[in-house]
Amino acid sequence: MREKLLKVSDLVVHYELENEVVEAVNGVSFEMDRGETLGIVGETGAGKTTLALSIMRLVPEPPGRVVQGTVALDGENVLSMAKREIRQIRGKKVSMIFQDPMTSLNPVQTVGNQIMEVIKLHENCSAAEAVIRATEMLERVGIPGERFNEYPHQFSGGMRQRVVIAIALACSPELLIADEPTTALDVTIQAQILDMMRRLKDDLNTSMIMITHDLGVVAETCDKVAIMYAGELVEYGTVEQIFHRPKHPYTVGLFRSLPSLDKDVDRLQPIPGLMPDPTKLPNHCSFYDRCEEACDDCLQREPPVVEPEPGHTVRCCRCSGGERREAME
Amino acid sequence: MAKRITPATERAARIAAKERSTSPVSPAKAAWRRLRRNKAAMAAGVVIVILLICAVFPAQLAPYGFDEQNYAVAFTAPYKEYPLGTDNLGRDILSRIIWGSRMSLIIGIVSVVVGLLLGGILGAVAAFYGGRVDDVIMRVMDVFLAIPNMLLALGIAASLGTGLWNLLLAIAISNVPRFARIVRSSVMTNKSMEFVEAATAIGASNGRLIFKHLLPNSLAPIIVQGTIGIASGILCACGLSFLGLGIQPPTAEWGMMLSSARQYIRSNWWMVTFPGITIMLAIGCFNLLGDGLRDALDPRMKG
Amino acid sequence: MSTLLEVKNLKKYFKVPAGTLHAVDDVSFQIETGTTMGVVGESGCGKSTLGRTLIHLLPPTEGQILLDGKSITNVKKRQLHTLRKNMQMIFQDPFSSLNPRMSVSQAIGEPLQIYGLVKNKQELDRRVRETMDTVGLAARLADSYPHELDGGRRQRIGIARALVLQPRFIVCDEPVSALDVSIQAQILNLMQDLQRENGYTYLFITHDLSVVRHISDEICVMYLGKVVEHSPAKELFQHCCHPYTKALLSAIPIPNIDVKRERFLLKGEITSPIDPKPGCRFAARCSYATEACRQESPELRELSPNHFCACHHPLM
Repeated sequence: MREKLLKVSDLVVHYELENEVVEAVNGVSFEMDRGETLGIVGETGAGKTTLALSIMRLVPEPPGRVVQGTVALDGENVLSMAKREIRQIRGKKVSMIFQDPMTSLNPVQTVGNQIMEVIKLHENCSAAEAVIRATEMLERVGIPGERFNEYPHQFSGGMRQRVVIAIALACSPELLIADEPTTALDVTIQAQILDMMRRLKDDLNTSMIMITHDLGVVAETCDKVAIMYAGELVEYGTVEQIFHRPKHPYTVGLFRSLPSLDKDVDRLQPIPGLMPDPTKLPNHCSFYDRCEEACDDCLQREPPVVEPEPGHTVRCCRCSGGERREAME
Repeated sequence: MAKRITPATERAARIAAKERSTSPVSPAKAAWRRLRRNKAAMAAGVVIVILLICAVFPAQLAPYGFDEQNYAVAFTAPYKEYPLGTDNLGRDILSRIIWGSRMSLIIGIVSVVVGLLLGGILGAVAAFYGGRVDDVIMRVMDVFLAIPNMLLALGIAASLGTGLWNLLLAIAISNVPRFARIVRSSVMTNKSMEFVEAATAIGASNGRLIFKHLLPNSLAPIIVQGTIGIASGILCACGLSFLGLGIQPPTAEWGMMLSSARQYIRSNWWMVTFPGITIMLAIGCFNLLGDGLRDALDPRMKG
Repeated sequence: MSTLLEVKNLKKYFKVPAGTLHAVDDVSFQIETGTTMGVVGESGCGKSTLGRTLIHLLPPTEGQILLDGKSITNVKKRQLHTLRKNMQMIFQDPFSSLNPRMSVSQAIGEPLQIYGLVKNKQELDRRVRETMDTVGLAARLADSYPHELDGGRRQRIGIARALVLQPRFIVCDEPVSALDVSIQAQILNLMQDLQRENGYTYLFITHDLSVVRHISDEICVMYLGKVVEHSPAKELFQHCCHPYTKALLSAIPIPNIDVKRERFLLKGEITSPIDPKPGCRFAARCSYATEACRQESPELRELSPNHFCACHHPLM
């Protein structure tokens, strides 16, 4: 059996500022199989983007610092690689799409050239061949090949995001990390882009990490879901497990606080309070202050990771065994 | 989750313990805290405070008067009684530097304040009303900007005559276009912010918009440029005095001290060295403080 | 119920270098006292311009706005000042809509001072504290500055500032779209509670259909400056008539893995509202478009009671 595509273990990433330390990622571990789509869900400041950046080893250092942990891509630890090796992997094996299509393209280069650049960098091919492949890639993301020589400002937001995706997928990477790829776009455009990403992912046999705050996007694109809260993975499982049998009180709260499109709800049920300040995380469960089911035990220790069913892990003191399920019913 | 203790978390905890306060921190207070951590800027600040004290109390601090001549000790190299030596007329150089700080700082500060008031009002009006008004004001400013600062001041001093007030006026006027630009761009940025629209929506008048909402938020770059402007004002005054178009003898002024000492540069090194070092120090410190203020006031460092 | 605000054939055009931008083009509707009118659409559809024109942050190009049956379209500066007391706005971005140099109590107290509604400092403090209490801001935050607070609390300040004058009509421009879902729910609940207690009338602008369904009584769907569909909220989600509404509804990702919907993907992207050609503005992206659609602009027609749709080929 082949190695897992991605294995992150006990990753801790801090941002060390002059007078405070932002504990962005706190002991995250998970694995990913080939061909899978993993959704990472969390609120602003939950550490989703930092987690993604550390997989690419793009966390700016300083102020960022990987305190401990490993990120194994195909069995090789990305965090201990030489700079040169890392550069060979970026764009070829893993690539990333950022949230804002307006700023992630170079405004003074034609879109065609920007796609070609990645191809020439990683594939041993002639310029003419690179042009053909770049044009092919443009057409795959739904942009006519004639627009090869146009500049980013001549494209709309949705079209630019397509170009960004074309660049990311030009060398058919094994893993694509998409950081809120559709948040800046309108819903009808979002639907087009998500549809296209799903199709391309299947065609190129790429695995994908989809970072989002939108549970709807997760439901439509992902196989596995990881819920992040205050830098920790609080729950992890298949889409089916998370959407049908959420266990962590935070996940449950997230679902409850969403306004529904088909049910009449008089009042929403928000999660009370706020996420703790990532510079002042408590020593106990970080969800304690907002949790409706918190008990004294939660204050005493770090929550253990329990596995209520195979492949479904929860980091919660109250989720050991059947106790919680009864409380729910 | 157990906290992971690293050297950085320990340091942060120390700083947090020192600055622990439950009271809210205003943006100005937060900026002051950041400035205090910048050692170079704080050192520059101390030097500037010393210069200010010299400028306010020269009579008390200087061992001799600025025009106290003693031919018996002319051209004395630095020693105990004259720590920085004496000049060709037997005047104590240290005393003249201390007295000279008064002139230099008055010129530096007053020219910036006047330039800022005029330039600030013009810039704010241009940015707030836009269109025609903006065009007219800024084109006139462009004409002024096209003339080098020193040349403009030189022209004004030459046509109006020498003396402190004309010198002040000359430097202040040459400052106006620069400050007008800075204030304009700063106000323009803030004008597009939603909080200005929000203030309009609650019925705020134009005056209130400009003075309560726009200007206070445009202060940061103005303070920074003002501090650096003091340095260039001092330099400009020294330059004009060196050329004989500024302060007239016997008043002590750094640039003039240099000018009258230049013939003795080979035989009496102290006559040019110490005023020169003073000018360098004063300008360097204002620039350092300006840079420090820029870092402290930069909203991206907010925290 | 009585009509609080009535809009008749409102137009707002902007002169831009490329021509005339029809940001709001011939929009008419009424809002009943104490209800919420939702306005949905994608970026560039003119929903924000509509909101700003209603409360006179932008002067209308043409058309009429009536408050309590009285025209407020071309009011003098002095009348505008009194008018503003009755019409307030909550802004989208809780980060840029607060003056960073004003503390919480200063920001909330400013409208009271502008209108001279308080006689002295004590009364000002009391009113500010009451309002803070109403929107759920702890009294200890009174002297805090916006940069010390999170998005949710900042948005509460924005709401408090709009409420302190006790207006009758409030334009809410995407008040929750910059917030996380758990905070978004807190703010939506607050706004609903305030409406129930004080009878406020909202115009709620958003691009989020699930939010608009939750909070609105009636919904206007806008596309390139035009209202394409207008109906009671529930009705719109049960049977929408305009092809654009249908596309919009089917494009929202639903957080439910059991519902497999039929996709109704739109071709192309939003066209430009600068000097629009005659005919239906949606025709270029519409799969039902016929020659008639490209020739003649469809009028808003009442298809069933209170359900209006501007389409030559409504889906029934």
